[in-house]
Amino acid sequence: MNRTKESVPPSKGSIRRRLLLSLLLGASVLTVGVYFMILSVARQVAQESQDNVLSASAISILDSARYAGGEIIVDLPYSALSMLDSVSDERVFYAIRMEDEFLSGYRDLPEARPDADGRITFRSRPFLGEDVRIATLRRPLSTDVGRQFLQVSVAQTLTGQQQIVTRVSRTSFAVGVGVFALLVLLAGVIARSTIRPLDRLTASVSRRGPEDLRSVTAPVPSEMVPLVASLNRLMGRLKTSLERSEDFIAEAAHRVRTPLAIVRTKAEIIGRKSQDPHTRAAIDEMIHAIDESSRTAGQLLDHAMVTFRLDNLSMERIDLAQLTMNAVERAHPLSEIKGVSITTHSSAPAWIHGDPILLQNALQNLLDNAMKYAPTGTHVKLDIVVAEDTAILCITDDGPGFPQPEFEILTERFSRGPNAKDIVGSGLGLTIVREVMEAHRGEMETKNSSGGGACVRLSFPLA
Amino acid sequence: MRQTFLSVGLTLLLLCSAGITSAFEIEDRARFGPEGDGPVLRIISTADTGFFEPMIVSYLAENPGLAVDYVVASSTELMQAIANQEAPFDIAISSAMDLQTKLANDGRALQHTSPATRTLPDWAAWNNMLFAFTEEPAAIVASRAAFADRRFPQTRHELIEVMRNEPERFRGRVGTYDVRESGLGYLFATQDTRASETFWRLAEVLGALDAKLYCCSSDMIEAVKSGELLIAYNVLGSYVANRKDIAEFEIILPTDFTTVMLRTALIPANAPSPDLSRDFVDHMLTRSYGPDSKPLVDPRLGLPGTDTALNRIEIGPGLMVFLDQLKRQAFLNEWENAILQDE
Ligand SMILES: Nc1ncnc2c1ncn2[C@@H]1O[C@H](COP(=O)(O)OP(=O)(O)OP(=O)(O)O)[C@@H](O)[C@H]1O
Ligand SMILES: [Mg+2]
Repeated sequence: MNRTKESVPPSKGSIRRRLLLSLLLGASVLTVGVYFMILSVARQVAQESQDNVLSASAISILDSARYAGGEIIVDLPYSALSMLDSVSDERVFYAIRMEDEFLSGYRDLPEARPDADGRITFRSRPFLGEDVRIATLRRPLSTDVGRQFLQVSVAQTLTGQQQIVTRVSRTSFAVGVGVFALLVLLAGVIARSTIRPLDRLTASVSRRGPEDLRSVTAPVPSEMVPLVASLNRLMGRLKTSLERSEDFIAEAAHRVRTPLAIVRTKAEIIGRKSQDPHTRAAIDEMIHAIDESSRTAGQLLDHAMVTFRLDNLSMERIDLAQLTMNAVERAHPLSEIKGVSITTHSSAPAWIHGDPILLQNALQNLLDNAMKYAPTGTHVKLDIVVAEDTAILCITDDGPGFPQPEFEILTERFSRGPNAKDIVGSGLGLTIVREVMEAHRGEMETKNSSGGGACVRLSFPLA
Repeated sequence: MRQTFLSVGLTLLLLCSAGITSAFEIEDRARFGPEGDGPVLRIISTADTGFFEPMIVSYLAENPGLAVDYVVASSTELMQAIANQEAPFDIAISSAMDLQTKLANDGRALQHTSPATRTLPDWAAWNNMLFAFTEEPAAIVASRAAFADRRFPQTRHELIEVMRNEPERFRGRVGTYDVRESGLGYLFATQDTRASETFWRLAEVLGALDAKLYCCSSDMIEAVKSGELLIAYNVLGSYVANRKDIAEFEIILPTDFTTVMLRTALIPANAPSPDLSRDFVDHMLTRSYGPDSKPLVDPRLGLPGTDTALNRIEIGPGLMVFLDQLKRQAFLNEWENAILQDE
């Protein structure tokens, strides 16, 4: 018994989990990043719109100023301050200066650094206990003492800006959560679909029969090509070495058979000539042993042939009933000698895909067993039934049946039952049948019929 | 109602001896609730004691053991008191919306949010610092006796016409606020100029008729009652409406537009017991708005069939524009030119 025990390597980590984790990590980094980006954009936009209002206010104040009668007149427009408060309640401050002379407003209000080109400038500072945004703008006025600059600073608290930011932050938080949930879902799908080719390969490899060492030819993702290539190479090497040993066995069997035949003939001649019962008994034993060896050599040859064909099955559409009939025909001479009657029952053709030579060989082995282990005059029945999507062939004899408990091991190599002591055989017959059945994706069942005879049930998928 | 009312109308002298060191001028002072060392809510207000009393009494009914110290001062004095933090008050109530706004804007007020403030209409609160609890229109008040069978003017135009038609009858017998002295008068006048140019024409006519100038609405009302004035312009209608002798007066809400002042409360930044302040503000607001409200004044003064456009003054920094030194000076110059023409 040398079927390899399944060896499972220790697993370390999971590609899918790792993929999922890194995708989730990416998703969360992305979500948080997007959240803060939206927030900073919102802050910027809010600040810009606030700056716009501030600058409108500053401009309207400057526009209301004129120089008349040696005096600066600033007719502060009502809207200059009320516009700053139109959207949200804001505290508002302003200061008007002519050069360094303070004219009106809040004397202590900080100013943004005045721009040399006369553009408006902004600054954020705390004032009277709250952060304010300050805009400063200046404008030249021609006065009696020459060109002088009138400078206006307008400031506003950030209530509205903060309201916008809070609102946007709340919205973008909700959006972030939604996007994250979506990404999690997506990550799951991606992880699964990425792993799928691996799963597929695993499935296709594990579905194979034990002797199936063909290369994997189905397309695989480029990342898996090296793995599959080395797998294929490994299987190729395995196959070559297997073939080599099968070849060797076949060659050896063949070489043993011919000399054995010669030895057997010589032994028979000697036996016939000898009068001494001891010598004759010894010669008989010798002949039996020779037969046994010869049979073994023959079966080994057959087995090698079967193994070889398993790799290059010539699958044809064949009628199982017809095939059985042919096999029975071929066994006819032997059955005649043994006085065994064989009957075949089939109601309709049973079309299957199969290799006719292998199937012939299997049937021949089964018929051989039936004739060998059942007493002379036994009756062998072959029934072919088509049921749903399977074709079933039952071979039943009315002999003593399979020796009891070790049913299963009889299909192992070289294993023979206790009832086979005086009967020539090698223990490879049922092994060949089993391997043929596996190659055909069929099933084989050995049992004893209710009448006691051996019963082998073969089922094939229909073509 | 009068049981809790212990002392009203103490003189300034008495007040000083009572221990309040004040650099500002007090017009009236009253104490409600029990005497003693219990908790006291200090209110400084421009509203006459009688006018505001129902609010205090209803509050004390809910809070026995509490006392209220109610100090009346002019709006400018009040502004000074709070701005310079001369004396600690828990609540400042003023009709001078511009000065109140400036106090809040300058950070002299605490912010307050509560269920009561959240249900306020938008115009009634500013920055969670100022809370309006009355709407009081500026009215034309005339003496019923003096007009007898004559038609009362309904708009500023009609008022101008009436006065022009009989200059001799009205000379020296028309009155209005002295805006240099009264914060509320200044507020009403500046808001009038925002709404329409008619104000300046009216001022010219008033000036031509030697209009008398007053510090306060109550003085104008008294003058109308005594017959000293036939008609007064920009009088707080609510003060007339709350009088027992209301029948002697005709209150006219001009149909061209009627300026409505919002009396506002704020919690000074240095309030000694701000929790008490907040509670009292909530009391004022729930009593003035909402389903079971008992406001101090009906915005239409209960006048039947007035289809006047009520022009609520908006609380906000816009009000500070006329407080600007340059702007104020320019306005006062123009006003003096109109009203005090011959001096
Ligand atoms: N029809 C049968 N009735 C009883 N026993 C059977 C029958 N067929 C097989 N057996 C038992 O199963 C054993 C294995 O059969 P198998 O055909 O593999 O080997 P073999 O017949 O002994 O040798 P070989 O077929 O290679 O010459 C047999 O030795 C025998 O004990
Ligand atoms: Mg056999």
